[in-house]
Amino acid sequence: MMEGTRDTLPLAGLIVLDFCQYLAGPSAAMRLADLGARVIKVERPGKGDGSRSLALEGLFSDGDSVNFHAINRNKESIALNTKEPKGLAMARRLVAQADVLIEAFRPGVMDKLGLGYEAIKEINPRIVYASVSGYGRTGPWVGKPGQDLLVQSLSGLAWLNGDADQPPMPFALSLADSYTGVHVAEGILACLIRRVTTGEGGRVEVSLLSSILDMQFEVITTYLNDGHRLPQRSALHNAHAYLAAPYGIYPTLNGYIALAMSPVSRVGELIGSAVVAGRTNPDEWFTDRDKIKQDIAVVLEKETSEHWLSILEPAGIWCSDVYTWEQLTESAAFKALDFLQDVARDDSARLITTRSPINFVGEGIPASKPAPRLGENTEAIIREFDLDNLGEQR
Amino acid sequence: MKPLEGITVLDLGQFLSAPSATLRLADLGARVIKVERPEIGDICRTLYISDCVLDGDSSLFHAINRNKDAVTLDLKDAGSRPALERLIRAADVMVVNYRPGVAKRLAVDYETVAGINPSIVYGEITGYGTEGPWVGKPGQDLLAQALSGICWLNGNADQPPTPLGLSVADLFSGQILVQGILAGVLRAKLSGKGAHVRTSLLEALLDVQFEAFTTYLNNNRKLPQRSKINNANAYIDAPYGIYPTLDGYLAIAMIPVPSLGRLIGCDALGAFSDPTSWYSRRDEIKRILADFLVKQATGHWLSILEPADVWCADVLTWDMLMQTKAFAELDMVQRVSRPNGFSLETTSIPIQIDGERYKFPRAAPAIGQDNQAVLGKVS
Repeated sequence: MMEGTRDTLPLAGLIVLDFCQYLAGPSAAMRLADLGARVIKVERPGKGDGSRSLALEGLFSDGDSVNFHAINRNKESIALNTKEPKGLAMARRLVAQADVLIEAFRPGVMDKLGLGYEAIKEINPRIVYASVSGYGRTGPWVGKPGQDLLVQSLSGLAWLNGDADQPPMPFALSLADSYTGVHVAEGILACLIRRVTTGEGGRVEVSLLSSILDMQFEVITTYLNDGHRLPQRSALHNAHAYLAAPYGIYPTLNGYIALAMSPVSRVGELIGSAVVAGRTNPDEWFTDRDKIKQDIAVVLEKETSEHWLSILEPAGIWCSDVYTWEQLTESAAFKALDFLQDVARDDSARLITTRSPINFVGEGIPASKPAPRLGENTEAIIREFDLDNLGEQR
Repeated sequence: MKPLEGITVLDLGQFLSAPSATLRLADLGARVIKVERPEIGDICRTLYISDCVLDGDSSLFHAINRNKDAVTLDLKDAGSRPALERLIRAADVMVVNYRPGVAKRLAVDYETVAGINPSIVYGEITGYGTEGPWVGKPGQDLLAQALSGICWLNGNADQPPTPLGLSVADLFSGQILVQGILAGVLRAKLSGKGAHVRTSLLEALLDVQFEAFTTYLNNNRKLPQRSKINNANAYIDAPYGIYPTLDGYLAIAMIPVPSLGRLIGCDALGAFSDPTSWYSRRDEIKRILADFLVKQATGHWLSILEPADVWCADVLTWDMLMQTKAFAELDMVQRVSRPNGFSLETTSIPIQIDGERYKFPRAAPAIGQDNQAVLGKVS
């Protein structure tokens, strides 16, 4: 991959303040950094972002969790105690000079600090101010913890995943956090575009609940208009509660294969199953999908994945092998994607993570800087933005 | 002013990934013109789920294409070319999701389009990038999930790799494309420089997994281990998960196991005082907890755990959710209509701007609905 320069990235020159912790807010700030913005994390002294110490599999690098490194690549860090007058005044001076602010405190906390949108707009009318919440700024759930699994559980999402005889199964990743972060970045970028025309900033608010509902927008729309029928997961090999057989992942003699939308009868012919080939009525592919899936599964488990793919792929059936990360990272296709980078700090061993999924074709991809140590840039930022000159309010 | 007012977007995409990207641009105030082939149009129009046909189009199509204009152009017909080029000249953004090579064949690839409109921001979604052995593979959601490793995070340990039960590759790639497009539009406004923005289903899925995947890459390539019961995240300690109760289910996030045991009166959990055991013995802990929680109703447990600030929640169906005051307060549902009077309910934008959740009353367009207005020809 051609090395690019950060100076020509679309958000070069913009200053983003990341007041957030954990994943949702910081992942939005990370994406803005990927796109060229200068991102400064504003952290409490001592502990900083809670994800510095919350390590998946207990894995740390240079004192911070490896997942923290992944989420906070390409950022700077200033440690400010906003609970003290001096730290708060410095924070206000910094916010006055920024283009974007992202915060994820419980509703009302930033207002109490004098860092709420209305107060900040007075001193910086060009700021794009983004807030992340669990369930919005009003309503009976305002006080509930904005946590990924809980939001998934309240949103109906867990009834789409897993097989019919299982309890509701959450999507086993922090998808509410991730999708919320994506939406926060979208709202910020849209307001920055408007600012070119109007000269004014804007207010962006996204909740984990609204984002996880948006993730389900296709199937919720179906539910709202088909007489409120709740989703029915298939009993076997469920991959999407609303899709007909053969859609799913099936065991083979030595692994698994995935079968996407395909004519059932044609699949039956190709795998040599008369009973499946006899399913020529497309309506049954949905109404009798559990039985059809079982009939397909019985045949597929008798031969290897390679055997089936060599028959199905050339026939134009949408199918594929099912990979672990190990198989994926060893594949030529993954290598061609050139998706990994080393973001270790100077004196540390390698720390491999992913790069931005957004390519500006022909412009190269600049390497990310490592994630900052807590307060690593405090002194430099104080000097650059004249933060301790508290005699005058900027 | 809505943030993207005055921005015109040409959507040559089909199905979900690219059209969901232009939906978001429309949600934010852009004008989106969907360009479809005559008669058949976007295949998604006829992709029915739940036998739910709404005024001739599928519920999926309606959800994805609300608030767009629609014109038909046969890109293989030279006679359509002048109209297409007029649209390209008028557009700020164009979006495609063809298999690699197809756009060039149809002369709607970036180089050709930038030759007509150099400041255009051209967004493209592929399945697996544009190089390497998978270029020709179908860019389909389940197949991309299957290849990305994500299915080994989901479901329980004794299950086969379990895909996430929604089209998350399409959804995330669409939104990632939106981010790139918006950044490109901002730069184009300031400098006049166009951009060719590209992502893929596979890159989107890797980006979604980046925390766990980065852990894998730096932990001697130790593969994820799902828990045997109630898996909710392969990397998180017990009790994290959803548990059956006497009358429903209960979700519990992070809490020290002995504290949870004390609160609910489950003495067996007191034995797990060593925090490392919450991961190393999590199946055992979850089994004990599951056997205990099932004896009482969800409301009983919530009445103990919520006042103690334990991160927990009921597990709702859409029926239950939509009866809550919290859902009403969120204001996420809107009714949209077609010019013929047909209307339906769907969701609205998840982002609030300046305190407002934008609603647009226009339902997804009928095929070629705006031919006359946009192309100036009889439809």
